[in-house]
Amino acid sequence: MGGVVPGGAKPELNKTGSWRSLRPMWDEEKCIQCLQCWMHCPDGSIEIKEEKVTGVDYDHCKGCGVCAGICPVDAIDMVPEGGAECAR
Amino acid sequence: MRKVMTGHKAVAEAMRQIEPNVVAVYPITPQSEIAEYYAEYVHNGLVSTELVPVESEHSAMSACVGASAAGARVMTATASQGLALMVEILYIAASMRLPIVMALANRALSGPINIHCDHSDAYLARDAGAIQIFAESAQEAYDYTLIAQRLAEHNQVRLPAIVNLDGFTLTHSVQVVEPLDDEPAKKFVGSYKPIYPLLDVDNPSTWGPFAMPDYYFELKRAQVAGIEAVPETFLEVQKEYEKATGRNYRGFFEAYQLEDAERVLVVMGSTAGTAKVAVDELRAAGEKVGLLKVWLYRPFPYAEVAEALSHVKQVAVLDRAISFGAQGALYSDIATAFAHRDRRPALFNYIYGLGGRDTTTEHLTQTLSELKSARPGEELRYIGLRE
Repeated sequence: MGGVVPGGAKPELNKTGSWRSLRPMWDEEKCIQCLQCWMHCPDGSIEIKEEKVTGVDYDHCKGCGVCAGICPVDAIDMVPEGGAECAR
Repeated sequence: MRKVMTGHKAVAEAMRQIEPNVVAVYPITPQSEIAEYYAEYVHNGLVSTELVPVESEHSAMSACVGASAAGARVMTATASQGLALMVEILYIAASMRLPIVMALANRALSGPINIHCDHSDAYLARDAGAIQIFAESAQEAYDYTLIAQRLAEHNQVRLPAIVNLDGFTLTHSVQVVEPLDDEPAKKFVGSYKPIYPLLDVDNPSTWGPFAMPDYYFELKRAQVAGIEAVPETFLEVQKEYEKATGRNYRGFFEAYQLEDAERVLVVMGSTAGTAKVAVDELRAAGEKVGLLKVWLYRPFPYAEVAEALSHVKQVAVLDRAISFGAQGALYSDIATAFAHRDRRPALFNYIYGLGGRDTTTEHLTQTLSELKSARPGEELRYIGLRE
């Protein structure tokens, strides 16, 4: 009733990354693990494990490029969607 | 016990007996006293309500929406420009099926700026999805506030409800009112059972989600089911109110001297009282005239109104607001009610009482008299206007 979603609209069920036109490509070699990208990502799409970046959640990343802009060592490149290789 | 009080006090008394969990309200003439009385009840510990003194009516309705989704029983009150500011959120409250009950102290919308009564504010909210009821007297404003609470919270309905009472004419004038004792009033209203309350953190839910073209239409259709459940529920709740109180409210409108009437006024709000005097005067002179006073304005009881007026020769529909470029809103509803019927009266649309312009018994006896020879047409006619 009233558009209520019982149980909550879980992001796991609602993949919102499909409208991305630029894809962030993370380079593990260049990364200094400063976590600036993780802090600035407006969508919580930088994946970390034990305080280390492990990749990007492409199911929810919208391709805004904030991570690439903030990265002090240019470890993230924004490349056009379509044909680009996944960083993972 | 019969008491002497203003319409404001009558509404505030009903609110005190309902004792909502949250009242979020912003003062505006001519509604302010409702907020003031209620603030006094809170201050004096007569109610346990959380009073939220917000910074605008937009915030008032927003706070009501949040509190209602959280699981609270919620009420507010406003008028005119305040309602205009609320309307954006009122649509959302209706779409989220939140049973927020509010008094609307009817006042003309600006401009020119004016503080007195007409129904332009109620008409502005006409399509918001809220239930709308019009009261003729302070007594009706009291009774219908209690009834609206039950109606809005009914499981098949779950919609905001507006109880209209004419600004100043009803809000500020002192009338004899017979409120219920607290116990029967509280028993009638009962306790509120929220659906998917946000405060139930063990069972999380998402409210007000984004709906794209693939779902928006279906959600609006589902909202229709809520408003369509109102008429039957309205009659049920009226019946229960009669059982609990002995007060006889029956039907979507009051039919006054209507049974054998040939010429009839259709009106909403306090002008119905004036119309009754006009009808009585003409009846005493042997004229077959009557009145249909609308209680339930949204949803509009098309079939029942058409049935009640089908034997009448001429009907004057009185709108207390102009719908610029169109017939009056109430007139349009009455005309729609007869759209598929062969037997129909001649309909006339009168605009009256804008910005608090007085409408007297003389005005209405004259209107009923001129109906006899009036030529049907789509032009707007005006009562009590200098031209």
